[in-house]
Amino acid sequence: MSDGPKDDTRKTEGSPTAWSSGAVLAVVAAICTALVAVTHRLTAPRIAENEKAHLEQSLRPALANVFYDNDLSESTLVLPPPHGLPGNEAAIVYRLFSEKQPAAAVFVVSARDGYAGPIRLLVAVEYSGKLTGVQVLEHNETPGLGDMIEASRSDWLKQFENASLEEPPRDRWAIRRDGGAFDQLTGASITPRAVVRAVKETLLYFEANRDEVFAARQEPGTEQEQGREQQHEQ
Amino acid sequence: MSRETETLRHLKAGLWNENPGLVQLLGLCPLLAVTTTFVNGLGLGLATMFVLTCSNALVSATRRFIYSEIRIPMYVLIIASLVTCIELIFEAWFPALDRSLGIFIALIVTNCAIVARAELFASRNRLVPSVVDGVAMGAGFALLLCAIGAFRELVGQGSIFARMDMLFGGEPMRGLALSDRGFLLAILPPGAFFSLALAVAAKNALDRRRKRALGLLAARQLG
Repeated sequence: MSDGPKDDTRKTEGSPTAWSSGAVLAVVAAICTALVAVTHRLTAPRIAENEKAHLEQSLRPALANVFYDNDLSESTLVLPPPHGLPGNEAAIVYRLFSEKQPAAAVFVVSARDGYAGPIRLLVAVEYSGKLTGVQVLEHNETPGLGDMIEASRSDWLKQFENASLEEPPRDRWAIRRDGGAFDQLTGASITPRAVVRAVKETLLYFEANRDEVFAARQEPGTEQEQGREQQHEQ
Repeated sequence: MSRETETLRHLKAGLWNENPGLVQLLGLCPLLAVTTTFVNGLGLGLATMFVLTCSNALVSATRRFIYSEIRIPMYVLIIASLVTCIELIFEAWFPALDRSLGIFIALIVTNCAIVARAELFASRNRLVPSVVDGVAMGAGFALLLCAIGAFRELVGQGSIFARMDMLFGGEPMRGLALSDRGFLLAILPPGAFFSLALAVAAKNALDRRRKRALGLLAARQLG
């Protein structure tokens, strides 16, 4: 490869001792670390702010008419598996309060039996057990078929709004092909079936554990502390 | 050769004759993976250009202290720190684009075009030519990313310049929508390979044509 006039001033003459090589590397490592540290210092507040804003923004479509006054990022519950909710990954629960009274909970869970890998879902439930919305966060379903579950591509997710285990009754929580009350998608039944099932399981979990979910005292920064307390109790 | 023509030659080499993507076929992993839309290509292209320019500058400035025995760990240190910095900057100022590009910002560190320029050029040349080389090679790579991104977005989604707000802020933009439906294959991974192949073929065809025209011209002058 031609690379223009050579001005080869790279140090090649004489072999360096291990000490001098080490010293040069250490100095460069220190400078590079300082560079990263300064950048981190300058960007950290903005990044934290962005994350908070993104969280609020991503939950908003599922929480159309819910009023809450607490800070979402400070009421987060991370449930490691096994947690009884759909999905093999840790489930995340954001709890919404209005004047200290539980208002709604937002679950981030995974539908395991999608067509291509897990489908990450956001399920928002009012305290009464009524769904306020379901959003798809992440999936690998077939473009053009299974990806019609995305809110931006079709209204399919809208049918979950205001649904609950009473409406439709819990034995009709399935797609129409399976005798249920929920529409399927043209050409894709595995994806909708997986989503309906995951939402139903989440509602069942919420019904059984509602008060524990809102009472649990676990915040991101205090997870470790709590673990320690539990150890003491044992 | 005067400095000006030398600079021009470096620019030409980066943008066309030795384009890292089209000719050297370096950094294909990000090139193929993120170019589903124009804005993704532009974002990653700019980030790569920034890293390449800075790493060239740093390597060139420190080349007198770098023993050839330890030059590779030095390049790795320099490039990795720069990539970490740009990742933080993206997270802070372009969060939407950061989410859209995902892991590929961090993976700039594995773009062999960058270590190749450090080894082949910056470690043997003075600061200014090294910076020019970094800008030229980075721009060449960025333009290719943009071109392939624009092509795949146009064919695959029937739109162009969608979501430019991720880079420039403001309300979500739909871009120029020419059609509601697209040819899906262009967005899927095979589409990336086809698009790159078309780009390489187009470049080679243009080069051959120019060569032939030059040959004809020379022959006419002789005859």
